[in-house]
Amino acid sequence: MSSRLLNKIGLFFAALVLVSPAILFFLWMVSLSLKFEIDNGAYPPILIPERFAWSNYAKVFEENNFLLYLWNSVLVTGTATLLALLIGVPAGYGIARLKAERSAIVIMIARMTPGLSYLIPLFLLFQWLGILGTLWPQIIIHLVVTVPIVVWVMIGYFETTPMELEEAANIDGASSWQVFRLVALPIAKPGIVVAFIPSIIFSWNNFVFGVVLASRETRTLPVAVYNMLSYEQVSWGPLAAAALVVTLPVLVLTMFAQRQIVAGLTAGAVKGG
Amino acid sequence: MSAIAPERAGVTTQAIEESRPVRLAPNYWPFVVPALFVVGAVIVFPWAFTLWMSVNSWTLGQSRSFAGMENYLRLASDPRFWESLWHTLTYTFLSVIAPMFFGTVAALIFDARFALRGLLRGIFVMPMMATPVAVALVWTMMFHPQLGVLNYLLSLVGIPAQEWIFNANTVIPSLVAVETWQWTPLVMLIVLGGLASVPREPFESAEIDGANAWQQFRYLTLPMIAPFLMIAVIIRTIDALKSFDIIYAMTQGGPGTASETINIYLYNTAFSYYDMGYGSAMAVVFFIVIVALSFILLMLRQRSQWVDAEGNR
Repeated sequence: MSSRLLNKIGLFFAALVLVSPAILFFLWMVSLSLKFEIDNGAYPPILIPERFAWSNYAKVFEENNFLLYLWNSVLVTGTATLLALLIGVPAGYGIARLKAERSAIVIMIARMTPGLSYLIPLFLLFQWLGILGTLWPQIIIHLVVTVPIVVWVMIGYFETTPMELEEAANIDGASSWQVFRLVALPIAKPGIVVAFIPSIIFSWNNFVFGVVLASRETRTLPVAVYNMLSYEQVSWGPLAAAALVVTLPVLVLTMFAQRQIVAGLTAGAVKGG
Repeated sequence: MSAIAPERAGVTTQAIEESRPVRLAPNYWPFVVPALFVVGAVIVFPWAFTLWMSVNSWTLGQSRSFAGMENYLRLASDPRFWESLWHTLTYTFLSVIAPMFFGTVAALIFDARFALRGLLRGIFVMPMMATPVAVALVWTMMFHPQLGVLNYLLSLVGIPAQEWIFNANTVIPSLVAVETWQWTPLVMLIVLGGLASVPREPFESAEIDGANAWQQFRYLTLPMIAPFLMIAVIIRTIDALKSFDIIYAMTQGGPGTASETINIYLYNTAFSYYDMGYGSAMAVVFFIVIVALSFILLMLRQRSQWVDAEGNR
């Protein structure tokens, strides 16, 4: 009994050691964002300052058009994810029912292709179409991220939902669309959530598409934060505050939807080989 | 009565027949078509266009001309390309090995039951979800040679200060540390999925036969989770080869070109020098490298499953 207890305490501490780099990082991020320059430049470093520099956050929103960039991010991620659901959920259904494994391979190859190799041709195409100054190029190219995630998760999900109900509806004279809309879709709701959340997160986090396609007015948050680093006199407090603002929505989502995220990622990953 | 009944019955069945058109096997293709169209537009079209661009010489703002294999020949004799290929392979190798090790250890620990397991696992997964640019920014500050917290922590245990990403010799290992910090959780989740599928009985009989913990891990757990480990290796290899955000945001390939991977060199060629033809050729070669490596690993995976099946019998 006592050896089992000892074992559990050992496991707890081993887990604590493994988690410590994550804790150190996030604690330090918060600490940097709440310190004045003097405290951030102190050696030895200070974890908890005497005075909190809430003004760092105010500065981020005042000086950098941050609200516009936040709105851009919401629009790009939101539209790209909604479009992906609209296209990808029926596609996942169709592929699962057709047992069209080859189309699934196309999706897998899409995951293997480096983002930059999409960027050269699409950059030229968008330039030719004259839409580089708008958000559309980014919304369209974010589909490269969101569509494969949604299709992939939904194929896996529809493969596990029972066929009997659909067959019964079909015998009663329902069209394919009605079967999908009224029978398959309602059952698939949890699967849609599992597809939705990672799609949101990876679109939100995406940097490479924005850094090429965004102009001054169409920057998303990750690009805006990166630009703070390169163009401004680097002062750590506001910079860390900006970094925290960008990643906070994602971290909050991670905390609340952990189960869906794990399901979505492992579905994609485990099936991915 | 009896004369009418069959007639009526005939009418109703006929009516039903008419209201219900001849039942076909459900047609699923319309569901797939919109996605096929999008995949065609944003995925297949760029591939085709890149291939075509790669045999052309075109710098943005100048006129385009057909160049045949010229871009590829130039690539073969470009020392900066070979150097970036080497950086990519070193970076990838290290960024597969380290997360695989820590991720497997973490999965073994989180598979057991102990206090606060759910909370700790939740925190452990967070780096994977954090925005890479934000991660890169904060790590850059932590790596600062004079004011960074990492050198301070090292000084506490008596290790001299490092220059991390600011020194050509340590930049790749430092970037790998960040990549490992961020992506170990994904390996952990995949392996954890594998451990969940491991049956309990073999361990009970092994215990009766007196196998110790290491033997149980080596001869039971490891072969059983091998397919999952292979999947994790494949996913990690693809992602590490493609890594861009962290390297670009932290060093932009520097100092000098010490951390310039193919992806970074490709970016610079296409979007700093606007040499689209040469950049496209690089993209093609890069894609071939990724597919080739994934293919080799997939073959290994097939073999490992085969060996596993034999071993279990």
